[in-house]
Amino acid sequence: MTYRNDPYDPKQVALLDPEALEDAVAQAEKAFGAAADPDELTSVKHLHLGDRAPVSLARREIGALPPAAKSDAGKRVNQARAAIQSSFDARLAELEKLQAQRILAEERVDVTLPWDRRPRGARHPLTTLMERVGDLFVGMGYEIAEGPEVELEWANFDALNIPPDHPARGLMDTFHVDRPGLVLRTHTSPVQARTMLTRQPPIYVVVPGRVYRTDELDATHTPVFHQVEGLVVDEGITMAHLRGTLDHFARAMFGPEARTRWRPHYFPFTEPSAEFDVWFPAHRDGPQWVEWGGCGMVNPRVLRACGIDPDRYSGFAFGMGIERTLMVRHGVGDMRELVEGDARFSRAFGMEV
Amino acid sequence: MRLGLSWLREYVDLPEGVSGADVEAALVGLGIEVDAVVDQRETIKGDLVVGRVLEIEELTEFKKPIRFCRLDIGRAEPQEVICGATNFAVGDLVPVILPGGVLPGGFEVGSRKTYGRMSHGMICSARELGLSDEHAGIIVLPADITAMPGDDARPVVGLDDVLFELEITPDRGYAMSVRGIGRELSHAFGVPFRDLGAVDAPGATETPAYPVIVEDTVGCDRFAARAVRGIDPNAPSPAWMTRRLTAAGIRTLGLAVDITNYLMLEYGQPMHAFDLAKLRGPLLVRRAHQGEKLTTLDGVARVLDAEDMVICATGLDAAVASSGVGGPISPPAVMGGETSEVAPDTVDVLFEAAHWDPVMVGRTARRHKLFSEAAKRWERGVDPALPLVALDRAVRLLVEYAGGATDGAVLDLDHVQPPASVTLDPGLPARHIGVPYTTERVIETLTEIGCTVAATATPDDALTVTPPTWRPDLTDPADLVEEVARLDGYDKVPSVLPIAPPGNGLTAQQRRRRSVARALAENGYVEVLSYPFVGPAALEALGIDEPAVRLANPISDEEPLLRTSLLPPLLATLRRNLGRGLRDVALYEMGLIFRPRPGAGAPPEMGVDRRPTDEQLAAADAVVPEQPWHVAVVLAGEVEPAGWWGEGRPASWADAVEAARIALDAAGVPADRVQIRNAEQMPWHPGRCAEIAVDGVVVGHAGELHPAAVAGLELPRRTSAMELDLDALPAADVTPGPRISTFPPALIDVALVVDAGVAAAEVERALVAGAGDLLEAVRLFDVYTSEQLGAGRKSLAYKLTFRAPDRTLTAQEAVAARDAAVAEASTRVGAVLRGA
Repeated sequence: MTYRNDPYDPKQVALLDPEALEDAVAQAEKAFGAAADPDELTSVKHLHLGDRAPVSLARREIGALPPAAKSDAGKRVNQARAAIQSSFDARLAELEKLQAQRILAEERVDVTLPWDRRPRGARHPLTTLMERVGDLFVGMGYEIAEGPEVELEWANFDALNIPPDHPARGLMDTFHVDRPGLVLRTHTSPVQARTMLTRQPPIYVVVPGRVYRTDELDATHTPVFHQVEGLVVDEGITMAHLRGTLDHFARAMFGPEARTRWRPHYFPFTEPSAEFDVWFPAHRDGPQWVEWGGCGMVNPRVLRACGIDPDRYSGFAFGMGIERTLMVRHGVGDMRELVEGDARFSRAFGMEV
Repeated sequence: MRLGLSWLREYVDLPEGVSGADVEAALVGLGIEVDAVVDQRETIKGDLVVGRVLEIEELTEFKKPIRFCRLDIGRAEPQEVICGATNFAVGDLVPVILPGGVLPGGFEVGSRKTYGRMSHGMICSARELGLSDEHAGIIVLPADITAMPGDDARPVVGLDDVLFELEITPDRGYAMSVRGIGRELSHAFGVPFRDLGAVDAPGATETPAYPVIVEDTVGCDRFAARAVRGIDPNAPSPAWMTRRLTAAGIRTLGLAVDITNYLMLEYGQPMHAFDLAKLRGPLLVRRAHQGEKLTTLDGVARVLDAEDMVICATGLDAAVASSGVGGPISPPAVMGGETSEVAPDTVDVLFEAAHWDPVMVGRTARRHKLFSEAAKRWERGVDPALPLVALDRAVRLLVEYAGGATDGAVLDLDHVQPPASVTLDPGLPARHIGVPYTTERVIETLTEIGCTVAATATPDDALTVTPPTWRPDLTDPADLVEEVARLDGYDKVPSVLPIAPPGNGLTAQQRRRRSVARALAENGYVEVLSYPFVGPAALEALGIDEPAVRLANPISDEEPLLRTSLLPPLLATLRRNLGRGLRDVALYEMGLIFRPRPGAGAPPEMGVDRRPTDEQLAAADAVVPEQPWHVAVVLAGEVEPAGWWGEGRPASWADAVEAARIALDAAGVPADRVQIRNAEQMPWHPGRCAEIAVDGVVVGHAGELHPAAVAGLELPRRTSAMELDLDALPAADVTPGPRISTFPPALIDVALVVDAGVAAAEVERALVAGAGDLLEAVRLFDVYTSEQLGAGRKSLAYKLTFRAPDRTLTAQEAVAARDAAVAEASTRVGAVLRGA
């Protein structure tokens, strides 16, 4: 074979020399190791893995070898090239990771900076407290009844067994409208009458709402305030049901240890009647009984005036001031804070009470 | 009403060792409110002792007599005390307060130099000890007391009582007396009650004590009188009486009057003492003539109403009598008259004890604003069985302490109806209270409070219960049920939670109000609740001129009207916030406004013995002002504050309009049913007011307030506001579920040039109408004017998003839809595609 006679010049295959290949690998590793970032690494890649790279040139020299040596030389070149490629890949992965870490570090911000570009609003605690009371009773199957604030005298007084000359009318400090027969309602009780006038028992309603009495504003009085009142009319309703309902209500408002205590009292629209206190363990001045509201069995006269048969049905009613409840529950010391509309007051309560 | 325990003990045998706190708890448990408990022993601090006067040295060098006294107070050395009184002698026993003591009112007693001597304490007068108004001299103790010098003087002077300040509910007239409270305590402690108000007393005699004619036996169903003649006008009231009157807070006014007041406190029977010498002719008890005049004891000349009752002396001089026959001398029951009252020189006294119609007295008291102790009792109900007992006691007391004599004549014109009996199902108390009272227990409690219960054949038979004369409040079975429960104890009522039938939750309106409130709060508005009172000044400043509901008795005459808009009170609240140094304030309020019914008359008369008819109720409700729920916001300052991120953004008309959109959205009104257009409406800026309509019906306004209104109310410039009528919004429909396309959108921007006066909303509506169903969204992203566009022109740039539900749109399809949209805009508002 002619090529057998080809002259063999060892210099022409110097790159295939094992030492030279080892050196190429070492050079590549060194160069890759010196690269500081993926871009720099990529920029030196061709020097060690490109067409003119030592391992690439060495591969060309294989043709100059005698056939018996080719296989061995080819294996050596491939190994060297694989080593360089692997070194490159490893370094690239390492540099990419470092770069990602550096970017994350560089992007660090002060997360404590304020971002109150959209100031928060708030509900008024009297409204949210009334809603909360409403929700409690709605959850028990009650409905929320409502009525007008400028009300018929008949509904505010007469229907509730408060005839025109009743001493209780004098106690109520009523705002009169300059039209006959109209007042600003002095309590939420006219809604009792309106409810009974428009539906037959069973009646289970609560009535949160705004009421009016001619008191000057001071630390404990306001001419415009809020009450919530409950009315149940059904067959077989007793005063024990009233106590059970008030105890449940008290626990929902004032904690699991709350309970109620009754004192006989007089309301024209209930008979028997009681005022009730609630035991409030978390009172800001220490655990104590707190006057909370009035209650009683619906006076049969009221049932009759509203078209409900008092021989078949009985009922109970209770009511309390929302302002008072809020002041006790949240330790608010001055009524004026509830009525002046200072945004800071509502904001302190946020969206719920 | 203030009463002492010692007086109560005359009626009830309270157990020994019962404390003020025990009595308080017992009264509260029976429904008698106790405002205060005062232990008189504690009203004076330190040593108040009995002293015997050993020696008196008169110091004469001063303008008034001064005595330097040496007193035996049970110690080795006599106590040396200076005293300005002279009504005592050597050997007398006197009360002395020693240094370190404190008298009522916080007066501290010490050792001090006075009138040139050292005084170690003070000899006390009755006034200084808070016993009565007596201050002419010091108290000289009776010689026969058992107390020794140095002993505590409190029990000796009568400072050993416990006083109860009581609040009596309007139904319990009988409890406004020692007799009534004593009865209650006998229930509480289960001890015997001595009813000194139900004893025998001399009845009417053939010759009356004084001739009296009762013309109106409805207003006065009992009139009794007795006379005492020839008393010593200077006889003082006994100390025990003045002490009790003083303790009760009643001034002492001379023996005869003191006796009437004393017996009113004890029995609850108001009385009157006439000077017989000042009466002429028979007394006539009648209704007043309209406009008749009478001067009451307080010196006020009063014009009487035809409903008032008067006692007239028919023979009285016409100069005193203002009209008619005979002069009115007393408006009964509320206060005595000036002309007939006993005086310091009175020697012949006529005591009157009557029974008046509670309704009449209540009206008279309110009409003349005379809420006397007597009126309070009459209005609540006085036992009509008391007059003769009270008269007998009054006569005996007066004769005992002032001499004189009674001729034995008794006048008693008695038209009192006996109490009506009440039929009570004995099972009713158990059924209404939830405590298994037996029939025996029911009868027992009712008997205990003084009712007569007729015996029945079997325990289930209805009981016939006759209330006692002092309980006019017991008219219905329910009243008797209360008494059974009250005496048995409210604390025995068990706690049972009733199970309500299924309810329907909140109404749509209630849910809507909560939703709107929450949405506004979540968008930065703070809820406030303002008073609904407004005045003409604020309305004028805001240019609001519409009829309003007017109060007859407003808290302030400046604000006699009820709001027809939430804004006037809400703007006042805004101003208060700004006045307190807050700068950026966004508030909202939800509440009723009040619209009077023009021409509405009085509601129909409706009784209470049965349900009014639907016609009556409808006629009555037609008088009640319309009261829809409104919501309003007001804003001032920056709605987005400046910060490290850069500039802030001042609140503007646009925020107010957006608040309306937020509210409507939360109320469930879809945006495509809302129309917003420029409008002129006070109190808004005529160029910056949006009229908000739903389905073409105006429901509110929003924008910047009129500069004049803002200036008038001293609010910051550019203050903005919104108000909506929530009740005018249509009910929210059931929202149909949208179809969400998952195909890619095609986005195309268009810039349209229109006349400056064309509303952006109009342009948008045209684009939506023209683009057809493929248009998914349209968004205005730029508003631009320039010289290039020409004067009176503006460019509106919109981003249109097209998307098909079932395919990827081709470019041609999207462009065709865009062209159709622009064409519609061109047709409707003359829009020209910019750059075209």
